[in-house]
Amino acid sequence: MELDARIPSGPIAQQWDKARFDLKLVNPANKRKFEILVVGTGLAGASAAATLAELGYRVRSFCFQDSARRAHSIAAQGGINAAKNYQNDGDSVYRLFYDTIKGGDYRSREANVYRLAQVSVNIIDQATAQGVPFAREYGGLLANRSFGGAQVSRTFYARGQTGQQLLLGAYQALMRQVHAGRVTVHPRTEMLDLVVEDGRARGIITRDLVSGKIRSWAGDAVVLATGGYGNAYYLSTNAKGSNVTAAWRAHRRGACFANPCFTQIHPTCIPVSGEHQSKLTLMSESLRNDGRIWVPKQKGDLRRPEEIPEGERDYYLERRYPAFGNLVPRDVASRAAKKATDEGRGVGPTGLGVYLDFADAIASQGKGVIEARYGNLFEMYERITGEDPYRVPMRIFPAVHYAMGGLWVDYNLMTTIPGLYAIGECNFSDHGANRLGASALMQGLADGYFVLPYTIGDYLSRHMGEPRMGSDHAIFSKVETQVRGRIQALLDADGERTVDDLHRQLGLLLWEHCGMERTAEGLTRALAEIPKLREEFHHNVRVIGAGETINQSLEKAGRVSDFLELAELLCIDARHRDESCGVHFRSEHQTSEGEALRDDENFRYVAAWEHSGDFARPKLNREPLDFENIALSQRSYK
Amino acid sequence: MDLTLYVWRQAGPDAPGEMKRYEATGMTPDMSFLEMLDVVNERLMIAGEEPIVFEHDCREGICGACGMVVNGVAHGPRRATTTCQLHLRHFKDGDTLYVEPWRSAAFPVLKDLMVDRSALDRIIEAGGYVSVGTGSPRDANEIPVPEEDSERAMDAAACIGCGACVAACPNGAAQLFTAAKVAHLGLLPQGQPERDQRVATMVAQMEAEAFGSCSNHRECEAVCPKSIPIETIARMNRDFLRSPKAGGAVKAR
Repeated sequence: MELDARIPSGPIAQQWDKARFDLKLVNPANKRKFEILVVGTGLAGASAAATLAELGYRVRSFCFQDSARRAHSIAAQGGINAAKNYQNDGDSVYRLFYDTIKGGDYRSREANVYRLAQVSVNIIDQATAQGVPFAREYGGLLANRSFGGAQVSRTFYARGQTGQQLLLGAYQALMRQVHAGRVTVHPRTEMLDLVVEDGRARGIITRDLVSGKIRSWAGDAVVLATGGYGNAYYLSTNAKGSNVTAAWRAHRRGACFANPCFTQIHPTCIPVSGEHQSKLTLMSESLRNDGRIWVPKQKGDLRRPEEIPEGERDYYLERRYPAFGNLVPRDVASRAAKKATDEGRGVGPTGLGVYLDFADAIASQGKGVIEARYGNLFEMYERITGEDPYRVPMRIFPAVHYAMGGLWVDYNLMTTIPGLYAIGECNFSDHGANRLGASALMQGLADGYFVLPYTIGDYLSRHMGEPRMGSDHAIFSKVETQVRGRIQALLDADGERTVDDLHRQLGLLLWEHCGMERTAEGLTRALAEIPKLREEFHHNVRVIGAGETINQSLEKAGRVSDFLELAELLCIDARHRDESCGVHFRSEHQTSEGEALRDDENFRYVAAWEHSGDFARPKLNREPLDFENIALSQRSYK
Repeated sequence: MDLTLYVWRQAGPDAPGEMKRYEATGMTPDMSFLEMLDVVNERLMIAGEEPIVFEHDCREGICGACGMVVNGVAHGPRRATTTCQLHLRHFKDGDTLYVEPWRSAAFPVLKDLMVDRSALDRIIEAGGYVSVGTGSPRDANEIPVPEEDSERAMDAAACIGCGACVAACPNGAAQLFTAAKVAHLGLLPQGQPERDQRVATMVAQMEAEAFGSCSNHRECEAVCPKSIPIETIARMNRDFLRSPKAGGAVKAR
């Protein structure tokens, strides 16, 4: 397959302007003739659906949750970056661009990232106009804080609930369009397949999660805004329902899946407490602004933290990275925590934890200031662990969090299937091999409010006047039959093991071999195990109940079935990428100081995998990455 | 720890429901309430029985999906805590727990502990927004907002739309939910142009749904996982009374 990223020519600062001029427009009267299907109602999906409807398109919006307001963007805590330079600390579009490229360890596309930095400023204006209650200074102007991996204060926030407030802004904009009759929202409706005919996306097949009814929906274009696939690991910070099914099914229908092995492990999560753990809870990395991370210097030191004198503590991030200290990017912080616990210096009942200590911050700034900044996070921590972080240091440990990888898209956010777009976390485009803090909200809203609504018109205008392929076309019933067959097979398996039980096993396998540290040997072992586990799943899964009703274990079974296929691609990608970069740390490739060692000569490309029908042999397509504006260098945060 | 559960089981909206007894044995205090239900469900499935249907998603207290009445209290005994953030360390070994869905005419039971809360979406749809399309609004810092107003708006905006307020209210009223959005937007300069209109249309929709009316029991405030205070309702009532668009409910004297 020829990958054409369709990057506009010319100097980077003018590319987006040029693209907007070159993109064909759909005139307002014609927009209402087009129907667009948007799957997912997180920041990207809700903002896209609302904006497309404002422009005059007819929109159908789908989500598996009972309300569009509950998509998992809502759980994002810390903030959203924008190059406003309100703090006059030297920020600029170029600096945000530079930080994001460098933070992503030079594995993202310059043109997309520059555009992201450019529109970041519009997002803050838009959200503020909607009434998003961002934190403010006493003078009434917007407040900022700094965030992991940045030396300027460019992060806007609404307490520890920034994702919630931005999502409610987008959700409210969406509901306004529902009220205006331009959007129909279909909650409790899960996309189970994509319909492609004559090489173009024609619609989707869904299951109504209440009635169990399988239905076809035809559209002139399909937009996937279905989030990340971190739940492949079973334990992650994702919501329990977050899944890869829509993206994976699109992949099987011809959309290339890019860089799947770039899965971010977030350094500040509450450690696993027991076998019954169902998910992991993130503690915003904004805590690293005031908290100091440490472990005992001696291994096996079982004293309580307050009994360990200052001289016997190792503030390892401050020691190893004096310039950035506790604010190093996530991948660096996570690996450093792993190193400390691997050395036997971990804390807490399992030894898989490090301290995040606020004692100094409380002493110097006062409890009130810390409470105002992080009160809700401290409360959440106390609820889960039963410990009071005002008195004893928090215990944290890395956990699977965000997927930088995802469906390959061109500059216009279109996948390799014409008419199918992917926005937000479910595409691969902007974060390279590591995402910086407070950049996910930025990308979701950039794609949804400010990029897709322009670019989609270019595709639609080329098909102006063509009749829409209706859902009565034979291809729809053919795909519906396939979907029904998959559901029936899950119900008929009638095995001995529950979905969660099998999912947990997959998660452990991925965490061990494709987690914070990877080796060719471990990945080869995982690749031998995954097909066996997939086999075991299909023969031995037990799904109780029927298909034509609410059946949560059937929903989960379908999602896990797709995770079992994705898992193989994840490990294939990780094994093929014989270098370290960002989150992808191959033990074979590290600097003398234990940092990720890239191989730009051989791996300076996006790996876009094409489904071949055989899971073990997907076809690799390479999109070379050219860095014309930022010189490639070894990342250093010292 | 061992717990005895009585859980509401109901096959569908029109089916009769009943409390069924389950033994949740061998639990640990660090488990969340929903993790306990996960384990009970795993055991049910192995025994060939249908698992208990309950809603949940983020499991960190922010998505608003989860919610059940535990021993008569919406979201259970711990103040300002969603069911997913409730941990077993707050119960004693040997406790008996009664677990029921949100009970309200406006929230029909779909199955077991899962209810239909779409009425809340319709209240927002009726006017819970600032009518500003995507485009080029003015620079964010051209709209200064006093820090105190912004903080109060945020207090109200923290609502997660779980519906516990409705479930706890003896009248099944949705006043606290509606008021939270009215207050959030009404406290900010961006919300002023539509302030009268908003309160009128949102209240009208609230009344068109099967919710009851507020009679100041304050049960909503007591169970709200985000501690949204009942003063919020007073603010909505005041806005409603002064709104010329509120159907002439009150004539200016």
